[in-house]
Amino acid sequence: MDLKDKLLSSFLAFEDKVNVNDPVHEIRSEAIKNFESKGFPTKKEEAWKYTSLNGLQKVDFSVFPKESGALEYKDIKKYFLHEIDTYKIVFIDGVYSSYLSETTHDGVDVCLMSSALNKPEYKQIIELYFNKVASKDESLTTLNTAFSKEGAYVYIPKSKAPRKPIQILHLATGNEASLMLQPRNLIIAEQNAEVQIIERHQSLTENEVFTNSVTEIFAGKDAHVDYYKIQNDNAEASLIDNTYISQKDNSIVRVHTFSFGGKLIRNNLNYYQNGEHIDSTLKGVTILGEKQHVDHYTLVHHAQPNCESHQDYKGIFGGRSTGVFNGKIIVDKIAQKTNAFQQNNNILISDKAEVNTKPQLEIFADDVRCSHGCTIGQLDEEALFYLQSRGIPKKEASGLLMYAFANNVLESVRIPELKTRINKIIANKLGVRIGFDL
Amino acid sequence: MLRIKDLHASVEDKKILKGINLEVNAGEVHAIMGPNGSGKSTLAEVIAGHEEYEVKKGSIELDGEDLEDMAPEERAHSGIFLSFQYPVEIPGVSVTNFMKTAINESRKARGLEDMPANEMLKLIREKSELLDIDRKFLSRSLNEGFSGGEKKRNEIFQMAMLEPKLAILDETDSGLDIDALRIVANGVNKLRSEDRAIVVITHYQRLLDYIVPDYVHVLHDGKIVKSGGKELAVELEAKGYDWIKQETVA
Ligand SMILES: Nc1ncnc2c1ncn2[C@@H]1O[C@H](COP(=O)(O)OP(=O)(O)OP(=O)(O)O)[C@@H](O)[C@H]1O
Ligand SMILES: [Mg+2]
Repeated sequence: MDLKDKLLSSFLAFEDKVNVNDPVHEIRSEAIKNFESKGFPTKKEEAWKYTSLNGLQKVDFSVFPKESGALEYKDIKKYFLHEIDTYKIVFIDGVYSSYLSETTHDGVDVCLMSSALNKPEYKQIIELYFNKVASKDESLTTLNTAFSKEGAYVYIPKSKAPRKPIQILHLATGNEASLMLQPRNLIIAEQNAEVQIIERHQSLTENEVFTNSVTEIFAGKDAHVDYYKIQNDNAEASLIDNTYISQKDNSIVRVHTFSFGGKLIRNNLNYYQNGEHIDSTLKGVTILGEKQHVDHYTLVHHAQPNCESHQDYKGIFGGRSTGVFNGKIIVDKIAQKTNAFQQNNNILISDKAEVNTKPQLEIFADDVRCSHGCTIGQLDEEALFYLQSRGIPKKEASGLLMYAFANNVLESVRIPELKTRINKIIANKLGVRIGFDL
Repeated sequence: MLRIKDLHASVEDKKILKGINLEVNAGEVHAIMGPNGSGKSTLAEVIAGHEEYEVKKGSIELDGEDLEDMAPEERAHSGIFLSFQYPVEIPGVSVTNFMKTAINESRKARGLEDMPANEMLKLIREKSELLDIDRKFLSRSLNEGFSGGEKKRNEIFQMAMLEPKLAILDETDSGLDIDALRIVANGVNKLRSEDRAIVVITHYQRLLDYIVPDYVHVLHDGKIVKSGGKELAVELEAKGYDWIKQETVA
């Protein structure tokens, strides 16, 4: 049985476990119909030209999470940003771990999607926001919607901000030979609210893991959301991240995606601007080797005047790794004075590595500033010689140059300890000894 | 110290250096002059180990050791320093971090531990004061957006930090204002000593008033066509290169 059939038949079993009379279940039922008719995307579709899901569909994934043995904090501490105090929402093989988590209801809600879906006090918010920005016809998103049950739920009411950043950590223990996970996150920052979130997926063994995640983010007027995605998983872990963002006037939403490891990663990052003077920022650092594959598929839809978007993705590709950047910007006719900036720069450090980069601009307004630039190149030989001539060996010199290349994307990271951590991961990846402060 | 014998070098089959002979002893200052395109920078870069140039014939020795198989960083470790005619911009690496890395890599090559942070800071402070470099400057990305003169001053700051045995200064004077020229020359002169040598590439006598050479050589079409004492530079300033070119043809 292929994965699609397996998922369809699993849906029946899934229905035994949830309240089918809930309005949310109507949404799920609609979603599974869409997935049933569409199936997994294929390379024939323009949007999936460079990323094949064929291999994943042949794997016999377990699709229902089962409780696994408890993990000791000390063994997984390194996957947290443990240098600072944070709220934590931790899942082990898709099941919430209260032992490793630290949630709150103190003025803000940092808790579980399953509680939010089941408890009456969240009903109103769920009705207002759940599945409101996520696509209703993109097949992987609807697949996730159909099985949506667990994930992180973050609700920040008007003019509030949680006392500390929130970490969402998904751990896979390898208790199944191969496991499919479908976390569903809902992040709401009401008017003038503020929140910082760090998300990470980590497999602890070489057993295969396939995560198809959906995150919906709502930023009210003047709200500020920072979302950091750390993708540094091991060689048998694949991730499809579908993130949908809806922004109102004067809001700022910044998503940083750090892709350093994993087998296949696809980031579908979609911004919808529903107001004026909005700032949408998308930044990414991708450093790959071996046979890793990362596909960034971004969309920024400018639907109102006077808004901005800033995209800056940097990639370094070694081994036989492959990268894709597809950045779509839509500027509606009424979205005058839009300022849309997009930059994708790549360095290939191996002849066997490959990058495909494609900006897609659909601009219907006439008074806009749109700039975009894509480059694919090698390291600058003159710069290398310059560093070498000062006594820095070639390997370190190339590391330093690549480090500097990737590093400027981090300027907008607002959690200093996170910045340091990412810098260290980058330095490690590139084999640079950071003999200096960051 | 430096002994160059019958050096021929090409880039993509274009012959640029066509038989250079030059000997520089410890304690000496040599000036190399010559028309545009005569091969001065090429000579400097070949000595520093630039891989773009292919040495077809001849040899370069530093203290009796053949440099042929040495990578640029190894040449730097054995004491060669090149002040670039066109210093390269390195966005994202600050002057300070670059200097720390360079110094510690050189120490590592000599089997030494990293320089302690306080010592490093002291050294940086001392040398930046010597070259009258503002502290703010040191946290900027290396050479990025530096003015022509700032780049040159920064090269000499690096030289002062690294204290090379053999410093080759390729048109370090170009782009410097009159005050900066004095400061930079002073920085260079500080390095002069019995066991060091300096090769100055320049178009103008002006720099040589400050850094007085023991020998002056004229490079023309990839060869040293005339050598003399410091008065040769004065003569060139007055008469240009035509008379030498004619002499060589004759
Ligand atoms: N990488 C290269 N590819 C092709 N030609 C080169 C290259 N490098 C140098 N040349 C040529 O070699 C010749 C010597 O160049 P070089 O830069 O050494 O001259 P120079 O004496 O330093 O001149 P200037 O006084 O203008 O600095 C020039 O004709 C130059 O165009
Ligand atoms: Mg030159």
